[in-house]
Amino acid sequence: MPEEQIETAAHLLPGDKAKVIKLSGKVNLRKKLLDMGIVSGATIEMIRHAPLGDPVQIKIKGYHLSLRKTEASHILIKKHI
Amino acid sequence: MNKIRLSDAKSQVGLILSAIEGGERLERKLTEMGLVPGEEISKLESARTGPVILLVKGTKIAIGRGMADKIIVQEKIIKKNITIALAGNPNSGKTSIFNNLTGTRQHVGNYPGVTVEKKEGSIRYGDYTIRVIDLPGIYSLTAYSLDEVVARDFILDAKPDLIVDIVDSSNLERNLYLATQLMELGMPLVLAFNMSDIAKLAGQHIDEDAFLRLVGIKIVHTVGTKNKGTSQLLKSIVETYEQKDKIKKVSINYGKEIEDELSKLSSGLAEWETLTKRYPIRWLAIKMLEGDKDIADFVKSKINTEELLSQSVLSRNHIKNIFADDPETIIADRRYGFINGMLHEVITRTAESHLKASDMIDRIVVNRIAGIPIFLGVIWLMFKAIFVLSVKPMEWIEQARILIGTFVSGLLPEGSFIQGLLVDGVIGGVGSVLVFVPIIFMLFLFMSILEDTGYMARIAFIVDKFMHKIGLHGRSFIPMLLGFGCNVPAILATRVIASKKDRLTTILINPFMSCGAKLPIYTLLIGVFFSKHNSGNVLFSLYLLGFVMAVIMAKLLRKFIFTGDSAPFVMELPPYRIPTLRGLLTHMWERGWLYIKKAGTVILLGCILIWSLSALPLHAQGDIGKSYIAKIGRFIEPVIRPLGFDWKIGTALISGVVAKEIVVGTLGVLYGVEEDKDGLSLSLRDALREDKYPDGRRVFTPLIAYALMVFVLLYIPCLSTAAVIKKESGSWGWMTFSISYSTLLAWLAAFIIYQGGRLLGF
Repeated sequence: MPEEQIETAAHLLPGDKAKVIKLSGKVNLRKKLLDMGIVSGATIEMIRHAPLGDPVQIKIKGYHLSLRKTEASHILIKKHI
Repeated sequence: MNKIRLSDAKSQVGLILSAIEGGERLERKLTEMGLVPGEEISKLESARTGPVILLVKGTKIAIGRGMADKIIVQEKIIKKNITIALAGNPNSGKTSIFNNLTGTRQHVGNYPGVTVEKKEGSIRYGDYTIRVIDLPGIYSLTAYSLDEVVARDFILDAKPDLIVDIVDSSNLERNLYLATQLMELGMPLVLAFNMSDIAKLAGQHIDEDAFLRLVGIKIVHTVGTKNKGTSQLLKSIVETYEQKDKIKKVSINYGKEIEDELSKLSSGLAEWETLTKRYPIRWLAIKMLEGDKDIADFVKSKINTEELLSQSVLSRNHIKNIFADDPETIIADRRYGFINGMLHEVITRTAESHLKASDMIDRIVVNRIAGIPIFLGVIWLMFKAIFVLSVKPMEWIEQARILIGTFVSGLLPEGSFIQGLLVDGVIGGVGSVLVFVPIIFMLFLFMSILEDTGYMARIAFIVDKFMHKIGLHGRSFIPMLLGFGCNVPAILATRVIASKKDRLTTILINPFMSCGAKLPIYTLLIGVFFSKHNSGNVLFSLYLLGFVMAVIMAKLLRKFIFTGDSAPFVMELPPYRIPTLRGLLTHMWERGWLYIKKAGTVILLGCILIWSLSALPLHAQGDIGKSYIAKIGRFIEPVIRPLGFDWKIGTALISGVVAKEIVVGTLGVLYGVEEDKDGLSLSLRDALREDKYPDGRRVFTPLIAYALMVFVLLYIPCLSTAAVIKKESGSWGWMTFSISYSTLLAWLAAFIIYQGGRLLGF
């Protein structure tokens, strides 16, 4: 059985995949994330960090999305180790 | 128009009597009843047997079936006008579909009250004249940026007859999210699955019939860039429109708990006709449960009881308690669930493999090490190309202006007021607008290339960290970059920035990015007062100073005026695509034309005004030293004296308010030298170098020249920029603020440089 722990998407390293559990943060950000397909149960994959380290590029629902680390920290995820 | 027998006519109204067969007797009889050729008649009743009841000139008459067979009518074509809106996610290829639908019959205007482009076109299809509106790209009906607000308001308030949702076939899940929301609005909807060639190549197959059965919406496969599927799309639009009352309305089932709350809200809403005649009940209920602020405000403004709103609070809390999450989250989850379920039914294999090529490119261009050098290289290449490619056309326009000027000049009495007004005021003014057209068009062409390939989003991705540090957004970078060309398009380009605070900050600092029109002034002064060896450094220092000022001001503005969090940077990184030439040229033309229209009129008027000020009063007889503008220059001299400027410089600076490049021309006039066809004459350089005050001091020194260049760099945005700031910020206040704070800053900077430089012994 893989061990599971709850983290945020900001901690994902390139190549990591995780399942979205819940969103936190202000209404506007949450709604925007939902509109872009970051809903609970969806799989997100960390693709890379920007050359300056922030923002990050993730893959969700078959397309690529960029967001800042502070925004990614509002995506609670469950990662398979 | 086809002629048919009255008994066969399908239409009931608009039948024009054409001829009567069967001899004179029948004809006479019918004529007595008012049935004469050319008369418009309506068929009221026509059972399979028995008489046919007609309405002729307001009277009902009954004729036998046999008689109806002998009457030939034409069906009058009733002009049918419908308005459709093209909606869809950004990067779904909406624009190419729009171009395919409307061809050349399109024009660009503005939405009322805002400067968001409204693209409109029309097409004839069968009996229909279809008006097509191309909306800005949106991901959902929750609006964040100005573009999105415009799109949403158009859908909700202008109520088009039908919406075509353009969907990227290779990214169905997220693209259909908008479709689910449009479905809920209950408007006739057609889905165009665009870029279907790529999806098909990846092995994706969609069962349109199953989709139609499931949700009652027609799917049309299109390839916008190859103009495929356009006629099929038109056919589906008209069919859907004609059958709009028969279409089954499918709504998403949000699950018992949510549905219960929705029906509570719906029954409350049903009592208010002022609400329900604007929007569908269920949609309103969903929005209230989602806690949509705009809708809550709308409800508040229309009704005078708190009941509904408190019900929405109750419902929201109830859902929160059950699910331990917000209703909007649950609703979004369910919508995606619905999409998943639906796709599962109609689709075999999704098309994701096309991303592979895109991934490869990303691996290189946003690479941690190579990303920034590539980015700098692209920007450098772009600027180089823009300037190199526009040099020749700019020379041609300039030569044409001189030619036309000389020609018109010859037709009019030498030295007359009218000659001056037409040649220097009008032709000179138009020329000063047109001379920038090549560079603006090139700029827009390259911007379109960056945008259409998908690299623009990567630029924002790469620079966001830096931009965020100075209180801005990755998206502010492009407007700032454009500012080096011209502030007018740059400020127009801020429309992509979602948050109003970020947007206003970007607008207000934009004029510090040294635009192309300031370059002639630098070239002149640097050429005269600095050695060839130093000229590059001096020029670079000016650009750098402008940029540093922009950064400082952005920080200050964010700290003291536009306080609060900056907007989220949640942005799609679209797959790389090869742009079509047609798309690029259309983009370039539309935006360039908007510039000509907007900036052109203002600059022309300003040029005429400044010219008049320099030519009047008439008794000055063309001596600019005695003109009104010189009077103003002398009047402000005490203010600019501490900067080392005399009245002639003052006069030139005032004329530069219209457009910065006029500063050089005015100096030329003031020093009594004509501009020759090379623009800057050697004699002006000599005149500047040799000009002395009565006490023998030189008017210009390298220090004064530098202070002047800094002043020009920072002071008051030109007339067209000011006009665009007014338009884009939507207030005279921000325009006034921009004008005054930048001029104050210019004065301070020039003061520090001049006085400081003197202390240091320059």
